Amino acid sequence: MTEETVLREDQQEIELEPVGAVKAEGQSVRVTRRTFLSGLGATGLMVTAPLAASASATTANGAAAATAGKTHVVLKVNGEEHDLGMLDSRATLLDTLRERLYLTGTKKGCDHGQCGACTVHVDGRRVNSCLTLAAMAAGKDVTTIEGLGIPTRMHPMQAAFVEHDAYQCGYCTSGQIMSAVALMKEPIGESDGEIKEAMAGNICRCGAYPNILAAVKQVRGQMKNS
Amino acid sequence: MQSFSFSKAQTVDEATGLGGRYIGGGTTLVDLMKLDVETPKTLVDVTGLPLAAVEKLPDGGLRIGALVRNSDLAFDPTVKAEYAVLSEALLSGASAQLRNMATTGGNLLQRTRCPYFRDTSYTNCNKRNPGSGCAAMDGHNRMMAILGTSEDCIATHPSDMAVAMTALEATVHVQGAKGKREIAIGEFYKLPGTTPNVENALEPGELITHVTLPTPRRGSKQVYLKLRDRASYEFALASAAVVAETSGGHVRYVRVALGGVGTRPWRAHEAEAALVGKPATAEHFRAAAEAALKGAKPQTENGFKVELAKRCMTRALTMATA
Repeated sequence: MTEETVLREDQQEIELEPVGAVKAEGQSVRVTRRTFLSGLGATGLMVTAPLAASASATTANGAAAATAGKTHVVLKVNGEEHDLGMLDSRATLLDTLRERLYLTGTKKGCDHGQCGACTVHVDGRRVNSCLTLAAMAAGKDVTTIEGLGIPTRMHPMQAAFVEHDAYQCGYCTSGQIMSAVALMKEPIGESDGEIKEAMAGNICRCGAYPNILAAVKQVRGQMKNS
Repeated sequence: MQSFSFSKAQTVDEATGLGGRYIGGGTTLVDLMKLDVETPKTLVDVTGLPLAAVEKLPDGGLRIGALVRNSDLAFDPTVKAEYAVLSEALLSGASAQLRNMATTGGNLLQRTRCPYFRDTSYTNCNKRNPGSGCAAMDGHNRMMAILGTSEDCIATHPSDMAVAMTALEATVHVQGAKGKREIAIGEFYKLPGTTPNVENALEPGELITHVTLPTPRRGSKQVYLKLRDRASYEFALASAAVVAETSGGHVRYVRVALGGVGTRPWRAHEAEAALVGKPATAEHFRAAAEAALKGAKPQTENGFKVELAKRCMTRALTMATA
């Protein structure tokens, strides 16, 4: 963050730099839209996006304030532990997954628990990561879409979404899939209406609902028959 | 969001001793902190407290820990079988994700969805800034309350769960620096009056530890009916929780609470008084609904809620006595 950045006295910038762990040794670092924009951030975007701050200004508000507003957080995500050090207590699980761990499959839609794009599993249950403080997810098992499957070895629900073309723009898709996978373990009835109701917390702006329903029904059928 | 210090409590004594704002599921609090409506300096995470059990009491009632998640409570076998109105109310609220997060204690304390309360660019909100006025009075008031309002606040209480608990005559158990006490749910929520910033009977620092429900009325039928702008994932325009027992075609016992229309979960005492001993017919249900809404004060855009609430209550009574 540049020195010109003005914060209210009671505010501080949230550090959301990626941790080293995601860039494993020997792995080539390629320039992505994300890393490019992060680089821009230090000079240009900071003015409008102060929360995407860089690590260079940790002492801007003084060490005492920084300590008071920080919490040591170790997150277990997709089976792997990440020591995030002293994290701003305000950091949500969503922002931490995306901006610190680079797990950008989890999407930010409304950021207020109304759209479901940020759905992840915490201890096997679907939750809105935008309303979950990272500090409160510490010590729990967090699963994101990246932990569900990879393109060459997809989770049955991911495969069913592909097969049924259960998306258009794809922005809500990871949240839809995380919700659909969690739904399999919930006491939800068999009818289309009951599945739709159970999926109501995931909004699809493109309106791919019939295809999403078809994908969910197919996987439920497979699980019953297996 | 403003900066805060964060700590995690392991016991109730530790939590109440830490002196800060308690956070459970965070579905209301984190949302409002992002909007700068809530600006706690200290957050105490209470989710590690041993208050997540639903237990049958020796007297036949039910004890619900403050940290029981809404989804777990809704799907609890005893709740489904003996307190169906509570299960139905819970499942009609929010989304599966939010229900997995939201706690029993937190749901009781959820704040209004009044858009003027949620938007700090409106400085005039008596709930946020006591004495500053009420932007909703002259604003869009379609979703606002028609019962229990005052000159200072017309914000609707948003909870479905609390409406069912009101019909079930729940007791809220709290613990604070001065010890433990219990508050009947009918006494728990305060009318806005001239102090809409005071929403409930909790003293500063008091923590809800659990809620108890009395033994279910034998032979009673329970219904939660929620009417809203869309079929799912929306707050109520009007809702009704009914616990009713009939015999010989007459109403022997009835409890009615309304949601979506009151500044607090609205117990319809007048309707209950009008119904007991009367034939369980549409005519008497309608008369009871008229009695319940007699004091309704609609604003410019929410006059429809008066009739909607009457029909909602009448329908719920019909369903509960069928």
